[in-house]
Amino acid sequence: MSEQLSWKETPILDVQSLTMSFGGLIAIDDLSFQSGRQDITAIIGPNGAGKTTVFNCLTGFYKPTRGRIDLIHNDHTRHRLEKMAEFRINNRARVARTFQNIRLFSGMTVLENLLVAQHHQLMRASGLTIGALLGLGSYQFIEKQAIDLAKYWLDKTGLITRADDLAGDLPYGDQRRLEIARAMCTQPLLLCLDEPAAGLNPKESNILSKLLLDIKHQEKIAVLLIEHDMSVVMEISDHIVVIDYGRKISDGTPTQIRNDPKVIAAYLGVDEREEASK
Amino acid sequence: MEYFAQQMVNGVTLGSVYGLIAIGYTMVYGIIGMINFAHGDIFMISTFISLITFIALLSIGITWIPLALLIVLIISMAMTAVYGWTVERLAYRPLRASFRLAPLITAIGMSIVLQNYVQIVQGARVKPLPPIIKGSYTLMEKNGFTVQISNMQILIILTTIILMLAFSALISKTSLGRCQRACEQDQTMAALLGINVDRTISLTFIMGASLASVAGLMYLLYYGVIDFYIGFVVGIKAFTAAVLGGIGSLPGAMLGGLIIGLVETFWSAYFSIEYKDVAAFSILIIVLIFMPSGLLDKPEVEKV
Repeated sequence: MSEQLSWKETPILDVQSLTMSFGGLIAIDDLSFQSGRQDITAIIGPNGAGKTTVFNCLTGFYKPTRGRIDLIHNDHTRHRLEKMAEFRINNRARVARTFQNIRLFSGMTVLENLLVAQHHQLMRASGLTIGALLGLGSYQFIEKQAIDLAKYWLDKTGLITRADDLAGDLPYGDQRRLEIARAMCTQPLLLCLDEPAAGLNPKESNILSKLLLDIKHQEKIAVLLIEHDMSVVMEISDHIVVIDYGRKISDGTPTQIRNDPKVIAAYLGVDEREEASK
Repeated sequence: MEYFAQQMVNGVTLGSVYGLIAIGYTMVYGIIGMINFAHGDIFMISTFISLITFIALLSIGITWIPLALLIVLIISMAMTAVYGWTVERLAYRPLRASFRLAPLITAIGMSIVLQNYVQIVQGARVKPLPPIIKGSYTLMEKNGFTVQISNMQILIILTTIILMLAFSALISKTSLGRCQRACEQDQTMAALLGINVDRTISLTFIMGASLASVAGLMYLLYYGVIDFYIGFVVGIKAFTAAVLGGIGSLPGAMLGGLIIGLVETFWSAYFSIEYKDVAAFSILIIVLIFMPSGLLDKPEVEKV
């Protein structure tokens, strides 16, 4: 039980009664869950369950119909994500996300992709670019720091040798990892990944699992994950939230989820006779 | 040969002015995918701001020309930038989520508004400015024909080169430039990485307007006469230059400007000056039919 309390007691993300409807269609219905400060939390569910819609609400892409989303920093300041503009969710509340489909800036180099993610700090230091053009010392210092951070993540994701290549020229698996590196360069407290293992071969998804565990243990960053690849989910997550038709049907540790009959029913369907005999 | 060389000098000068304006079209197209038809009128307004500031400076006794020009340039860039920003804020930003043609229509509306505003406030008469930068160098002299480059032409060409270099550095090296390129490729993703997309777009308009104001000051000094209508023809020619170079491409805008300037000058010199606009716009039609993506269409490189 003590394990379970970790996300109840000190959550980084607290979603309360989140509801999102599009016209008459209710995509998320009264969904509440927490996500722990030191945890990898996975959101799973059948196709069309509303997982990506949850992410879109978290990152300001949709404005929820009802409910509140709090992101709680270590100093207990709360940020109401559902009320913030997209770019403030990143640079003030410090939430980063990736998409199901790859959305790198394919015409820019790998390094530039990571520097764009640090624009907020660089822009402030450059005195709205005038300092950068004049080559002021303070700007050069900040830019060097930005490049160092980018190199740190390139190193972690094994992409350091490709730094000056165009992002669009990388192989698929590398692009997936570059997206995570780019999200991490915004220095988030919560990293939201939408199906990071989609389309990866077993070897690549193994590397991905290691990277995510590294982010959790070394960087102490909370990870929220949507994933269909159950081997990845079961291997690395501390906490799983299962949703179906926009409602939460189960919430617990991987072991609890694996043995929950409601989850099995949602995934495999229920035998009609069995249902009738109940 | 000498005549040709002289026209070359004139053509490059004119092309520089077109190029500076074309950058404004191409940058805005790159970042939000619309043609800012009010850009030519922003240029026109900048010539008026320059003229008024110049006369005001002379009247308060600042007669040392280099200082006066510098002050005029700074004031004109700042005030034109405010116009550029305001046009975007009022006429385009509220329509960003609307259908694609909506901001195009408001752009044409904005263009008419600005023209009429200047016509009412400044009158419809042509406003003259006596030549301020005089003198010229003789490049060569043969068979009684001298090829000259005036100090004014040198100033225009040098200023354009310096601005182009600074501008390319800004787009390729600075964080703002990276951020503009990112917004151009994927605004949603840029926002999720903490980039204020609206502010980046505003800055793009401000930069385009500032460059147009430099072109405006050059135009004023070079031709010496302006009226409320110059923005239309000059603007459309700069737009032609941007399309010719490949709209969205910065080096393309500059190259296109040069080509349009040269074509117009040579056409006037060898064929007929009355049909110079026909020559310039024929290029627009030919380019749109035969190579709609322009000369330098490399979407990945240096596109804003």
